[in-house]
Amino acid sequence: MAKREGLEVSVAVADAAMLSDVDVVSAYPITPQTHIVEHLAELVANGELNAAYIPVESEHSAMSACVGASAVGARTFTATAAQGLELMHEVLYVASAMRYPMVMTVANRALSAPISIWGDHSDAMAVRDTGWIQIFVENGQEAVDNVICGFRIGEDKRVLLPVMVHLDGFALTHVIEPIELPEKKDVERFLPPFKYPLPLDPEKPVTMGALGSPFIYTEVKWAQEINLEKAKDVVLESWQEFGKVFGRTYSPIEQYRTDGAKVLLLTMGSYSETAMVAVDKMRGDGKEIGLLKLRLWRPFPYEELRKAVKDIDVLIVLDRAVSFGGPGGPVCSEIKAALYAEEKRPQVIGFVGGLGGRDISMAGFEEMINRGIEIARTGSEREFEIYGVRE
Amino acid sequence: MATAVHGPGKITELEPFAPGHRACSGCGEALAVRLAAKAIGNNAIIVNATGCMEVVASPFPYTSWRIPWIHTLFENAAAVASGAEAGLKAMEKKGKIPKRNTKIVAFAGDGGTSDIGLQALSGALERGHDFVYICLDNEAYMNTGIQRSSATPYGASTTTSPAGKESLGQTTWKKNMPAIAAAHDIPYVATACPSYHRDLMKKVTKAVETPGPAYIHILSVCPTGWRCPTDDAIKVGRLAIRTGIFPLYEVENGQYKLSLSLTKLEPVENYLKTQGRFRHLTENTIKEIQERVTREYNKLVELSGKSGGEASS
Ligand SMILES: Cc1ncc(C[n+]2csc(CCOP(=O)(O)OP(=O)(O)O)c2C)c(N)n1
Ligand code: SF4
Ligand SMILES: [Mg+2]
Repeated sequence: MAKREGLEVSVAVADAAMLSDVDVVSAYPITPQTHIVEHLAELVANGELNAAYIPVESEHSAMSACVGASAVGARTFTATAAQGLELMHEVLYVASAMRYPMVMTVANRALSAPISIWGDHSDAMAVRDTGWIQIFVENGQEAVDNVICGFRIGEDKRVLLPVMVHLDGFALTHVIEPIELPEKKDVERFLPPFKYPLPLDPEKPVTMGALGSPFIYTEVKWAQEINLEKAKDVVLESWQEFGKVFGRTYSPIEQYRTDGAKVLLLTMGSYSETAMVAVDKMRGDGKEIGLLKLRLWRPFPYEELRKAVKDIDVLIVLDRAVSFGGPGGPVCSEIKAALYAEEKRPQVIGFVGGLGGRDISMAGFEEMINRGIEIARTGSEREFEIYGVRE
Repeated sequence: MATAVHGPGKITELEPFAPGHRACSGCGEALAVRLAAKAIGNNAIIVNATGCMEVVASPFPYTSWRIPWIHTLFENAAAVASGAEAGLKAMEKKGKIPKRNTKIVAFAGDGGTSDIGLQALSGALERGHDFVYICLDNEAYMNTGIQRSSATPYGASTTTSPAGKESLGQTTWKKNMPAIAAAHDIPYVATACPSYHRDLMKKVTKAVETPGPAYIHILSVCPTGWRCPTDDAIKVGRLAIRTGIFPLYEVENGQYKLSLSLTKLEPVENYLKTQGRFRHLTENTIKEIQERVTREYNKLVELSGKSGGEASS
């Protein structure tokens, strides 16, 4: 049995990549991702991880090198955050459209300007449409487990897509948590060796990345969309299998104390932990409040969402990014769209908060929920409200 | 001992880069790729930057490449090559694939090399990946319609450095990309031109056989962008070399060596007048160019310790 020990989450994430027997790590340092790539460099230097470590000169090259490595059939890992993720932007589309499985952890951080090293989800939301499978984790254990699951999901022949594992910068990356690192032999049982079906190989020449004229581009994009949608089955299957081997299972949307609740709050990432405490407190006060934690961001779990909110009156959504000049946070507007056609749907109230490392306390969540309930009753002058701003 | 057929004019019939691609007629860049591919052989993986040669060679569902080929973006050929090289080496080391000594060769235009891709290239050279990087220099962004690059020569009129009442065209001197590559202290740097096809192929072979990073800068005449007749690519290329505008040389482990011993350079005017992009140049500008070319050429002669050799064409 693997034992639980206190580990810095970043170190554990690097260990998870090692346990997954990656062949290539290509990364560029950026706070708060640094400890992940530093630890990987150390593992390679000590001979504990037999892999090529490419200390590239930028994130654009980090992702490009991952693409090159994946194209020859290597199992590939990288990590980044914020500006780094933005610098990778155009390469992210290439990695998914050209069907290269790889795993990238994103230590979620605010985007400049002003420069901020602290956490929010602006970086993640800016890459929403890049065609990657995207998972938001709530704690260190989930991060470790989903790095390993990420390889299994992405490398599945029915999928062949890159996977992003989002974990909140500092709030997760820099804390020490009790984590159970899986045993190597169990990981080997769960994660079969990577065999890319059509790698660049002189024995079997292929042309990759041909020019797509108007007569084929639409078909390529449609195939990509269908493929990503279908990947959900494999995500679910892999999480189930993971549960069988390791005793921990995951779901696209996790429900917390939703029984009989008429009002639900929806969060992503590490904030869910504080939100749970707030829900506990409000339940204690006799209020019928529950929590939804959205874990699978892409492909979006429509069915699960609709089911989770079918009996409630109010859904309060907390976004940690702003879609400037738009209808609210990106998560909220997407949820509204997902529920629009439902005959019976809750009122959806959007808040933006927790930007650039601004903490939301337990009392803060309670205040936000109460304000959400009030807006549901009386309305708001705005499409969405920002939580905790000083006027 | 097996008898090999030997003929002085015979070069390999191997064509990893197939005919039928969509380059303009008389394209010197396609010729450079074809010759380089012959020298590269079959045990290689090509990484191509966005640009003319990528577009003309891969209109889906067709491909000109008989060996594995990948194109992703404009500025990242060196980085993709880094990953492919490191990936193969790592998997070989772990016994996941057999050792096959497959060479990674990146192709990019002058824009993809000396402008937008310079950082990725510098990184890959500095990290010492075992690969060959070939810059196909047609002295502008041709794929997007003849815009200037930092490799466009002084005085050339392009669509973003047009000659006009207030401008002589490009107002900066061509960036010395081979010197920048050589400054990374890599084992092999060379310049080449399809007009000297044997020299070009010899250098590519050498680059492929060199362990570590190698950089080859190929001047590739572009009749469309240079505004010269489509049957003049070889002639124009030869004039670029004979005038000293684009000298052929190698830098092996830091040692410069001229590939041709030219006792006397032809006047630059002979070269400039072959192309529409220089048509507007005044006598004064031509004189200015002549002085600079002579000075730069002499520097090279000095660097190479006058050890010029004869390149065959
Ligand atoms: C990031 C980015 N910027 C701009 C372009 C547009 N673009 C495509 S090819 C090209 C010019 C290519 O010039 P060069 O590298 O010299 O190659 P050539 O076509 O001349 O062979 C440009 C500007 C692009 N594809 N990607
Ligand atoms: S524009 Fe120039 S480089 Fe491009 S294909 Fe035509 S001749 Fe060749
Ligand atoms: Mg060019």
